[in-house]
Amino acid sequence: MLTLRNINAGYGDFQALFDVSLDVNAGEAVAVIGPNGAGKSTLMRVISGMIPATAGQIEMEGASVLDAPAHDIVGMGIAHAPENRRLFPRMTVEDNLRMGCFMPQFRDRFEERKDFVYDLFPRMLERRNQMAGTLSGGEQQMCAIGRALMSDPKILLMDEPSAGLAPVIVQQVFSLIERIRGEGLTVLIVEQNVRQVLRIVDRAYVLESGSLRLEGTSDELLQSPEIQKAFMGM
Amino acid sequence: MFAEFTEALFSIFFVETLINGLLLGGVLALLSLGLNLIFGVIDVVWICYAEIIMLGMYTIYFLHVDGGMPLIAAVACGVGVTACLGWLTHRLVIGYLLQAAPINQLLATGGLLFFFQGAAMVAFGVEFRSLGVSLGSLALSEDIYLSWTRLLSFTIAAGVVVVLYQFLARSYLGAAIRAISQDREIMILMGVDTKKLYLLTSAIGGGLAGLAAALLALQYDVHPFIGLSFGPITFMICVMGGLGNMVGGFLAAFVFSELITIGGYFAELEWGYVMAFVFFIASMFVRPEGLFARKS
Repeated sequence: MLTLRNINAGYGDFQALFDVSLDVNAGEAVAVIGPNGAGKSTLMRVISGMIPATAGQIEMEGASVLDAPAHDIVGMGIAHAPENRRLFPRMTVEDNLRMGCFMPQFRDRFEERKDFVYDLFPRMLERRNQMAGTLSGGEQQMCAIGRALMSDPKILLMDEPSAGLAPVIVQQVFSLIERIRGEGLTVLIVEQNVRQVLRIVDRAYVLESGSLRLEGTSDELLQSPEIQKAFMGM
Repeated sequence: MFAEFTEALFSIFFVETLINGLLLGGVLALLSLGLNLIFGVIDVVWICYAEIIMLGMYTIYFLHVDGGMPLIAAVACGVGVTACLGWLTHRLVIGYLLQAAPINQLLATGGLLFFFQGAAMVAFGVEFRSLGVSLGSLALSEDIYLSWTRLLSFTIAAGVVVVLYQFLARSYLGAAIRAISQDREIMILMGVDTKKLYLLTSAIGGGLAGLAAALLALQYDVHPFIGLSFGPITFMICVMGGLGNMVGGFLAAFVFSELITIGGYFAELEWGYVMAFVFFIASMFVRPEGLFARKS
């Protein structure tokens, strides 16, 4: 479904990604794991057009993502729940969801998608008239994922959904992601919480200093001594 | 002295003053609205905003007085012209300076101020021109008279505020305009073309300047420097309300207008302005981020 080939990207003179290639197939959940500063968020930002790639190709169902204007990428079925959630803090939960439906082709389905999100996260229904900035961390994450789901995407990019949350809430967020998977959505997720994320995805890539070092199924990676040593303190 | 003061305070004319302050506040609120909208979305202060209003006043004047166009139609054209000017200001100037240092943005829009002023002087001359519309006044009682012009201005300003509020609160574009001032970078993820949204906002801000021009043209003569007489007040209202905060600007407009008219009631009108500006300076010491600014 989503194909990256030999992607280079960075900020100004600083190159953050070197020759990254990866694939996500329809219906799959794939994780990108790696230490801080490995370029994981940069990778997500390149896919959704927040920063340009300096070389390489990205295709979504055969159509070039890099050739499309950045603001059209969500229209190709790629939704991005960004790092640090990035809600609009002085807008209500419902207005935040409305922004997820901004593109004209999505607007007709606003009510339907809103009901879907409220069904998935009943807490959001309770909070729908509350300012997003006043939500708890876990609720903000629900709202951010909900906002990304409003466009009925084919693939959902999630950047560190568990960051900054209490351990109990992290558990809840991971079970939320499992539920989203249950809806048949394709997921590409970036996480530092390696052990937990490997339990809910099919495959993973290991990114280090901007390059892919390893890839494999979750089970393979969970068993891999390298991963155990680097990320699980064993 | 004190007896005089209390007598003045409970006089019927003081009520008239308060009402006049309220009516003036409506117009000031409209003046600050467009500037605040543009700043909230684009993060650039249009120093030349009052000069766009001035050009709107000229447009209405020439179409109505020289062209013989009905006033309403002339106002509609004036709004169209200022909306285009707003669009062009962004398209030709601001759009290239979005990443520039704020001081350069200010200098550029400040340059536009002198450009518009100079162009108006060359094209239209320095004489004062009056629309020559007089609507008379409404007698509330034997002692209280309210000018219809001010009542009309207030009503239109209030109507525009309500319409704009509804637009911002209920439409997708309005939501995007609120959202972009809170997080610019992720608008891409919502599928918002920020360039287009900037141009649209500039055109709306320009159009609001045209409406303000219509209300001012009913009360004041047009000349190339008229922007200077209400530009500074407009900026102070926006700053006092918390730049970009439209509700704050709205409230600040009424604080300002009441100060001006009450000061004018107890002394000369000029003292009213002095009082308002002193209050502004004092309030900047107490709350530099604006009296009605949100706590961040």
